[in-house]
Amino acid sequence: MSAVTGNEWRIAILGALALGAAALIPLADDGYYLSLSVNIALYVVLCTAWTLFSGPTHYISLATAAFFGIGTYTVGLGIDALPFALLVAIAAVMAGLVAGLVGIATLRLTGVYFVIFTLGLAELVRQVVTWLQTNFTTSVGLYVFTDFTETHILWMLLALAAVIYVTGWLINRSRLGFAMRIIGNDETVARHVGIDVARAKVILFMISGAFIGVTGAIMAPRFAYVEPPSAFNPLISFQVVIMALLGGTSRLWAPLLGVIPFTILFDQVSAHFPNHTSLVMGIAFMAIVYLLPRGVVGLARELLRPKAGKRLVAAEEATAP
Amino acid sequence: MKRRTLMKVAAALVAGTMLTGGAMAQEVIRIGASAPKTGPLAGGSAVTYWPAIALWVSDVNGRGGIDVGGKKMMVELIEYDDRTSNEEAIKNIQRLATVDKVDFIIPPYGTGINLATAPLIAKYGYPHIAVTAVTDGVDEFAARWPNSFWTLGTSSAFAVSLAELLKGMREGGLINDKVAVVNVADAFGIELANAGKPALAEAGFDIVYESSYPLTQQDFAPIIQAAKAASPDSFVAFSYPGDTFGLTKEAAIADLPVKAYYVGVATAFPAFAGANGPAAEGVLGAGGVNANSDKIKDFITRHNEVTGQAPDYWASPVQYASLEVLEQAITRAGSLDKQAVIDQIHNGTFDTIMGEWTFDGNVIRKFWTVGQWQGGVFNGVASTGVGGEVTPVAKSGWK
Amino acid sequence: MDILVTGTVLGGTYALIALGLTLQYGVARIMNLANGENLVLACFSAFWLLSTFAINPVAGILLIAPAAFLLNWLIYRLAMRPLVERAKDRGQLEVDSILATFGLMFIFQGVMLLAFGGGYFTYNFLSEPVTIFGANYGLNRLVALGAAALIAVCLWLFLYFTRYGTAIRAVAVDPASASLVAIDVPRASAFAFALGGALTAAAGALLSTFYTFDASMGVIFTMKALIIVIMGGVGDVRGAVLAALMLGIAETAVAVLVDPGLTLAATYTLFIIVLLFRPQGMFGRKPA
Repeated sequence: MSAVTGNEWRIAILGALALGAAALIPLADDGYYLSLSVNIALYVVLCTAWTLFSGPTHYISLATAAFFGIGTYTVGLGIDALPFALLVAIAAVMAGLVAGLVGIATLRLTGVYFVIFTLGLAELVRQVVTWLQTNFTTSVGLYVFTDFTETHILWMLLALAAVIYVTGWLINRSRLGFAMRIIGNDETVARHVGIDVARAKVILFMISGAFIGVTGAIMAPRFAYVEPPSAFNPLISFQVVIMALLGGTSRLWAPLLGVIPFTILFDQVSAHFPNHTSLVMGIAFMAIVYLLPRGVVGLARELLRPKAGKRLVAAEEATAP
Repeated sequence: MKRRTLMKVAAALVAGTMLTGGAMAQEVIRIGASAPKTGPLAGGSAVTYWPAIALWVSDVNGRGGIDVGGKKMMVELIEYDDRTSNEEAIKNIQRLATVDKVDFIIPPYGTGINLATAPLIAKYGYPHIAVTAVTDGVDEFAARWPNSFWTLGTSSAFAVSLAELLKGMREGGLINDKVAVVNVADAFGIELANAGKPALAEAGFDIVYESSYPLTQQDFAPIIQAAKAASPDSFVAFSYPGDTFGLTKEAAIADLPVKAYYVGVATAFPAFAGANGPAAEGVLGAGGVNANSDKIKDFITRHNEVTGQAPDYWASPVQYASLEVLEQAITRAGSLDKQAVIDQIHNGTFDTIMGEWTFDGNVIRKFWTVGQWQGGVFNGVASTGVGGEVTPVAKSGWK
Repeated sequence: MDILVTGTVLGGTYALIALGLTLQYGVARIMNLANGENLVLACFSAFWLLSTFAINPVAGILLIAPAAFLLNWLIYRLAMRPLVERAKDRGQLEVDSILATFGLMFIFQGVMLLAFGGGYFTYNFLSEPVTIFGANYGLNRLVALGAAALIAVCLWLFLYFTRYGTAIRAVAVDPASASLVAIDVPRASAFAFALGGALTAAAGALLSTFYTFDASMGVIFTMKALIIVIMGGVGDVRGAVLAALMLGIAETAVAVLVDPGLTLAATYTLFIIVLLFRPQGMFGRKPA
């Protein structure tokens, strides 16, 4: 629609530099810090893909584990027969299709009904997969043995993150993005000006689901052994929602501010209090909720506002994806 | 707040200087362990994994440490909780290997997590003596990761051995040829069921009822009632801890009239006898030990004394034995060199509380498969050649 | 016939699990993710009372429920009230309460791990069989079913035939309007939250007589309860009971007639079907 502005170029260059820097992490350390980086990258990708749909629509989806598991299983089932790249593509298509079906059936639901429905979906897919495997194959576990190291996985996740950001930016510039902004503000208005609300939501849900499926596919080699409880782990869904909400969902980059500090915080807690992880984590979590009412983004903006004044905030608002 | 299980203050001080980068020679052996303390598998690891390790560390340090090339070195244990998650487990192993730089790692709890962390443990060259991983893939894994050792057996051996035991009971006139088979729809349960059903059929049994149920099943009344309706003499459930308890309670209530009743994981837990009282008598289950062996008796007594809880009658002593192997291999290698220790495990014979252990192609081939509660003790009644099996008895009611 | 009885017994259990949450979520507007932990804590309390003081679990409810009432009232006053006050709209409160109770869930778990360790717990109480239509049922389950019926009826009488109950229902429908007709909304919400917690704890004490429990399993109960509450229509006792019975019977029927491996699938299919035809739940009102 419009030309790329200077400001957008600056953001793109900064983003590329940040990704490039992250891609160099394996050179510095290929042990624990690399693993931690992979975990952070994993949740950055998941939370951002989640925000792609849930940010503008305000729907809280707990279906992340379902799409993630579909991706993981696609690779688990096909790794001996097909090349990995093709499997990643299939994972995207499969997860996207399921998201489409679910979207058509459920996006009429609002609020908490949608939340619980998506939670149920993940459990449903998991049980059906388990049942099919129990009855038609000889084992529930699948082995995924590849030559990928954690470095490769980190790079793939970073590349995926770049794709998601660019997609988010493109969507924002497109008619779909424009429609979503209107829907997000007021659905009734959107309907009155002739926007096919349901269709717009379904498309967005499919895009988001496909990205999460790809993430699952990328992570499969790291699991080595794929089984339903780990692939469709409902905790993934919860952690994604919580990290994204803590960061904030008003901007596509906001979840980043939730994921990075909280992955590191939780990691430190589990390293230093191995016998009291739950208790300390719970207390830390409650403290965060009370001290940061609008997520990290809210805090960041509060801190920025007095210093940089209105100009920066206005610029941010204008360029926000 | 890493838990330092050190017996002597002096050793703790030495460890302190070492941590702060002192140039002194190493005086302690740092051993890392990562397993569930929370999450779905925490209930099992709290019985089998953590207490056995705590007991071993206390025993070793009580002896003054491990003999390494003529010098006694104390053991320092570093524990992490993997929250029953593969990602956490991988991160924990990385942390142990590259941040804590531990000398040895005690592999995690559970088949899935053992496999997920195996490539990493292999990458850093640690010996991987897996205990709580029962799968048919042991030979494949041993070939893939030559540093990995498998101690608890294979699922098909568990199933086949059970079929043979039941066949023996049938030929002894204890039971007829009708059997009901159910399983939990998860790794161990499915592998056992897939091996067990053909084995039972081959042994001349008629499977009159079969079904599977999901991992989170809470209610077992329908299964027990359907099984009861098929009126078998034997009931076999390849189950996990929660369902082992649930099925047995329901069977007792329904007064399931079977003469052989088998449930899977956790039958060997002391809590099983505690929860079921007299109904536990005669129940068959996965695992078993030679309860008459003095070493096992001694192990049970010390386990109670040191950890304040009873061990299970299956994997607890094996977990302990795997650590005895590690200790003896370190002493024989005379150094903390990981490859030297792996070589020792490959080639040596080890004197453990489970008897004499030799790894054949990285796998312990002689292991207990079926046990039975008899007079408050879970005796091994079938094995793949361990020796010391007692004769199984028919189950006589639930009271 | 077996299916109906077994299913009803199971449904009674589910109703127990869900009744507390329907009050907490429907009236106090707190989507309490720590609901299952609350229940498991009561399981442990019942176990502890029985093993240490030889107080039987049914009598133990008389101690556990008031304690849970107090605990949940404190949680609401200290932890949830600030969220309600700062929330600009219902969506905001939903998000905040999910986050806060998620933390609360971990705290509950941590406390139970510290106090009881991570192992499995189970004990025997009233587990002798009772014969109905030729099949045996555990007496403890029938006691739980009876208690579920009793609690549901009392709750229904209270909500529909007392002044204060009517006030609570008014808050469930619309807190803003309720305050216009001189209902003390904060007080009613705190009361509903605490009462919900007490009901959940009573359920836990009853369930502990026939379930095996450990410190990490609360989330299973939370999910079941959420599904039932949503299916029945948020805040509606009749809906929750009906949904619980439907689920119990459907699961048992699928387990017996089709395959026990598909019970969860049956649960969610039923859930999806109900929501497709009545997106607001069986007894729910359309959101304004």
